[in-house]
Amino acid sequence: MKSRILKHSEKPDQRFAEFLDNVNEAGIVFREAAENYCKGNLETFQQKRDAMRDIEHRGDSLRRSLEHLLYTKTLFPESRSDVLELLERMDTLLDNFKAITWRFDIESPDILPEFHDDFMELVASAVNAVESTVLSCKAFFGNIDDACNHMHKVMYWEKEGDIVSTRLQKRIFRKEGLRLSQKRHIYDFTRYVEKIGNEAEDVIDRLNIYIIKREM
Amino acid sequence: MFLLFLSSGLFLGWTLGANDAANVFGTAVGSRMISFKKAAILCGLFVVLGAVISGAGTSDTVGKLGNVNAIGGAFIVALAAALSVYLMTVTGYPVSTSQGIIGAIIGWNFFTGTLVDYDALSKIVSSWIACPILAAIFSIILYKLVVAGIRTFNVPMFKLDTLTRYGLIIAGTFGAYSLGANNIANVMGVFVPVSPFPGISIMGIFSLTSAQQLFLIGGITIAIGVITYSKRVIMTVGTGIMKISPVSAFVAVCAHSLVLFIFASQGLERLLISCGLPPIPLVPVSSSQAIIGAIIGIGLLKGGQNIRWRTVGEIAVGWVTTPVLAAVISFISLFFFQNVFQQQIYKPVEYTMSTEALERIENHGIPSHELMKRLGENYATAVQLNKTLKQDPSLQRDDIQFIMESAEVYRMHVTDAGIRSLDTNTFTEEQIQVLKKVEGQIFIHTWVMDKALAELSPSWAFKKDDEQFNRELQEKLSYIHGLFHTTEFFIR
Repeated sequence: MKSRILKHSEKPDQRFAEFLDNVNEAGIVFREAAENYCKGNLETFQQKRDAMRDIEHRGDSLRRSLEHLLYTKTLFPESRSDVLELLERMDTLLDNFKAITWRFDIESPDILPEFHDDFMELVASAVNAVESTVLSCKAFFGNIDDACNHMHKVMYWEKEGDIVSTRLQKRIFRKEGLRLSQKRHIYDFTRYVEKIGNEAEDVIDRLNIYIIKREM
Repeated sequence: MFLLFLSSGLFLGWTLGANDAANVFGTAVGSRMISFKKAAILCGLFVVLGAVISGAGTSDTVGKLGNVNAIGGAFIVALAAALSVYLMTVTGYPVSTSQGIIGAIIGWNFFTGTLVDYDALSKIVSSWIACPILAAIFSIILYKLVVAGIRTFNVPMFKLDTLTRYGLIIAGTFGAYSLGANNIANVMGVFVPVSPFPGISIMGIFSLTSAQQLFLIGGITIAIGVITYSKRVIMTVGTGIMKISPVSAFVAVCAHSLVLFIFASQGLERLLISCGLPPIPLVPVSSSQAIIGAIIGIGLLKGGQNIRWRTVGEIAVGWVTTPVLAAVISFISLFFFQNVFQQQIYKPVEYTMSTEALERIENHGIPSHELMKRLGENYATAVQLNKTLKQDPSLQRDDIQFIMESAEVYRMHVTDAGIRSLDTNTFTEEQIQVLKKVEGQIFIHTWVMDKALAELSPSWAFKKDDEQFNRELQEKLSYIHGLFHTTEFFIR
């Protein structure tokens, strides 16, 4: 039996980086899935849907192993609770990407072609917000000063998302000849996507507090 | 029988280990960076090393304050210290074993009529006050350095975590060594003058003096206290300290360990003297108060809002009440131990203005015209002689001290039996042969014997710039003083 003076650290920083990359990848796949759905490329959409499922499973597995590692092996309790909360919030973003992708598959919303540009712009702002969130988290574990550089981008993309979402929602409800149920259905999907940007901003707000706590 | 009397000191050692281990390893264990078992082993090992290697400095200071020359007296002094610390702790004050032992020694001084070395006492008391202040200053400086280093090198969070964890281990190990070096005087300091152990040589590789053997025993009891009882304290105090950030905790442990080390390091003392700087007195200080001072320093750096000033006040109260309480308990206990249990708590030390003493005083350059009038006079206690000498305004404090050292009576009769009992691994053949030349002689003063031996052979003479040799020689001389000591009066 190996005897060690210290409890051995199994490079949690590498695992965390892998997990964050996974969240990033989810955003990219989500954008491609939404684009292909809007264009009517259902076969490609289904491939993206399946890829999203694999990404989400991989993310869950990484999250569980990180939680186990953090509890049993490394980090002081004070930092550990912050890191775990960050981990769960990022996992929520990943879960939302997967959930919306599968909603597309299950509910098959009829997003009219005239709404595609706005809808894809909304998707892009949500994905960009998440990408900047991932970069902020990576900087938090590396060079903490860089975290602030990325955080303001999240807020920008969230604001952009709000603007596009409001514009799109107005166009949906002002569209003549569309049943209310259909308007409502498309509206719901805009809300789902907009929510991702809002949640990314929530993550940044918490990250800001963690940074202040680490400030010396 | 000696071990029975040593028990109060051993109890002090056990309580020291049980309470103070948390100050050095509390954070490391509380953060689950190292298991309690491994921390206890490391702590115990380095406490023993610190005590044996570096414990002499603080013990000398404690000895200067009061040379408790009877084992019964040493037993009571250590017991009084333990009781006073226990009573203050029960009432909720964060007090120190150091304060207890010093107060108890002063109680012994008053009871026996021996002189209190106020110079040594003032150094000790000022060190108690300086300890938390110095710890605060060190923690502020270290904190700024560490933060600057982290920012300059952009240390990532996980790497910082790993470095802090290793840092806490190293700081804790250093702290354990410093704790042993600094606080062993509290545990065994009063027993050094009455130690019955001769110096021993271990496989001819290294030797342990009489005092070091006592420190080894004391260090082991501290280690036992760490292993058997400190876990509960560590889990409480460790998580308490964890309310500050891990890096701050590392800085606090480092500052604490540095303070204890500088108040115990003879090497540092010699370095300062060689550079012409005033040396830091080697005094046992409080480990708990050092860590509190270090944490307060960090708190001050962050604005001072979270400092518990009540705790600071309680520490200050302890500086006064603990030694006073210990002195009172010591005084009363000595009375009962001597008169009710008929135990010897003090071996009377007389002084005489012998011809040799006056000659030595004159050769030292002290004006001895008035002293010559006192040729042949005897003084029953140090207080009496001191009072007499102070009547002469021409005598300085250092002069009075030298006169008292010269006049101190310590009768020794060099016997064949004593010479044959000497350990040939400790004393050289030449040294033993020199002793045989003075066999049968009677010496009234220790310095007379030392001088006689030095004149007969360089193996008994102190060497310039050979500290190790001089330290060992002093140990040997102290041993043979005790070996040949006699209370019989001889007509010369």
